[in-house]
Amino acid sequence: MNSSRGPGVRTRTMVLDFATYAILALGAIMMVLPFLWMIATSFKLPADQFTKTLIPHPATLANFRELWGHLPFPRLMWNSFLLSVLNVVGQLLTCSMGAFVFAVARFRGRNLLFTLLMVTLMIPSQVTLIPNFIIFRYMGVLGTQVPLWLPAFWGGAFGTFLLRQFFLTVPRDLADAARVDGASLLGIYWRVYLPLAKPALAALSIFTFMWTWNDLLHPLVYLPTDMNKTTLTVGLAFFQQQLAQGGKFTVLMSGALISILPLIAVFFIAQRQFVEGIALTGVKR
Amino acid sequence: MGASGIKPLGRERFWVAVLLAPTLFGLVFGALGSVLATVILSLTHWDLLTPPTWAGLANYGKLFTDDKFVTALTNTVKFSAMYVPGVVAASLVVAILMNRKIRGVSVFRTFYFLPVVTSAVAAALVWQMIYGKETGLLNFILEKLGLAPVCWFCAKNALYSVVIVNIWGAVGEGMIIFLAGLQCIPREYYEAATVDGAGDWQRFWRITMPLITPSIFFQTLISTINAFQAYDYIYMLTRRGQGDSSVPVVVFSIYRNAFNFHRMGEASAQAIELAAIVVALMAFYFWLERRYVVYE
Repeated sequence: MNSSRGPGVRTRTMVLDFATYAILALGAIMMVLPFLWMIATSFKLPADQFTKTLIPHPATLANFRELWGHLPFPRLMWNSFLLSVLNVVGQLLTCSMGAFVFAVARFRGRNLLFTLLMVTLMIPSQVTLIPNFIIFRYMGVLGTQVPLWLPAFWGGAFGTFLLRQFFLTVPRDLADAARVDGASLLGIYWRVYLPLAKPALAALSIFTFMWTWNDLLHPLVYLPTDMNKTTLTVGLAFFQQQLAQGGKFTVLMSGALISILPLIAVFFIAQRQFVEGIALTGVKR
Repeated sequence: MGASGIKPLGRERFWVAVLLAPTLFGLVFGALGSVLATVILSLTHWDLLTPPTWAGLANYGKLFTDDKFVTALTNTVKFSAMYVPGVVAASLVVAILMNRKIRGVSVFRTFYFLPVVTSAVAAALVWQMIYGKETGLLNFILEKLGLAPVCWFCAKNALYSVVIVNIWGAVGEGMIIFLAGLQCIPREYYEAATVDGAGDWQRFWRITMPLITPSIFFQTLISTINAFQAYDYIYMLTRRGQGDSSVPVVVFSIYRNAFNFHRMGEASAQAIELAAIVVALMAFYFWLERRYVVYE
């Protein structure tokens, strides 16, 4: 193998490496620059909001203080947080139950049922939005948070698929051994599979939290435009209309920055779960 | 999907039913029932206040004479035609470059993934500043490079500007899918090809590209579904009063008809129309899959 690697090959490898770095770096700048701009602007004086510098000079915290006067920020964050946690709980519980049955139990019609569930992945959410709205209207829960967390408690194709993929990698001997020891199916689910599935459960938690925290369409449909009842995303969207006309982008950026910090923090702590979670859905089909 | 598994006995069947109950409920009422309900609603006129009346296919007939809907549909199709190839190509290139065992991959990966974690609402706020006509960062850079400034949200440009931001927000996720796919290609294939005298170029086209087709298929599927549902960035960057937008896509049209005007029948017909296009595209993709996708 080495005999074929002359100096020509080495030069070419170096050129390719250089090109790789150059393209990746250029792309990385495009990815990160908006974030740097957001951070920089949020520390600038309103008079400097359009100056083209990455280091604010002079820097100020006034924007963050002013933000509190415009929006009930802690309240909005609490609403978003509560909804996200409720969604995570519902998805972890119901998706893991379904996924366990699909991965471990044997019964007639299982494959058909699973295929049907996977087909629902392709239903655009607009199709389900209108009937759901009507049902929640009849239940009298429009304007409350119920429509934004209740659906998390009836499973879901994505979460069930993700966890089933993971459950399938658990060696069957474990389940068989537990069964010989007299464990019931329920016991195997609770004591064998759930503890082993922590990485996959973590991935599903992160995704569910992220989707709920970032969701815009559903809170817009279901919640009143009352700043004490709505979520952070809707609050920011309304704030945009208010402030963009007044021209205070610095305050707007400080709000945007605070709204993304929790998820960025989660991402840095649990980067592996993010990456492996996505990979798990994409590879083994 | 093997037929193996533990056969539930006696009382255990009850527990299997319990474990499966939420999923079954969601499948029957949440998903399949909703589709059926939307189909039925699309055959009625209903304003939520007075009882619904039967409309037959009138709502569908109206779709193509309704200028607003035709504009929205055209925008959705144009958006998808740029967004889907854009996301697939960009994230594939990034993943292939990252897969070249270079140093600092994990740092790059973090940077590319940041937009995926960020809410479209927050990201759109800063993009609004970047796209600004007189005060924006992008036009500032263009001027420094000696180019003419662009009005990013004027007339036709708005659609392209919105596509760019949506691709920016999605590259990170596609990159992870492709990286996972690339790492599944057995090293022995490359080693055998090298022994047989294949160069970089040949190894790329004969091994990497064919064996990454399952990931390309998967990512195209996901991107298409997302493209037809794209809403957040478009809402934040192009919205006008009354829930309207300067780049109205079908989702806008559905939203306005259902929740602003309470025309449930028309909104449902539009949703079904949108779903029908997605289903047709999926059928086409699966047909392509059988012909061109290589599974080991």
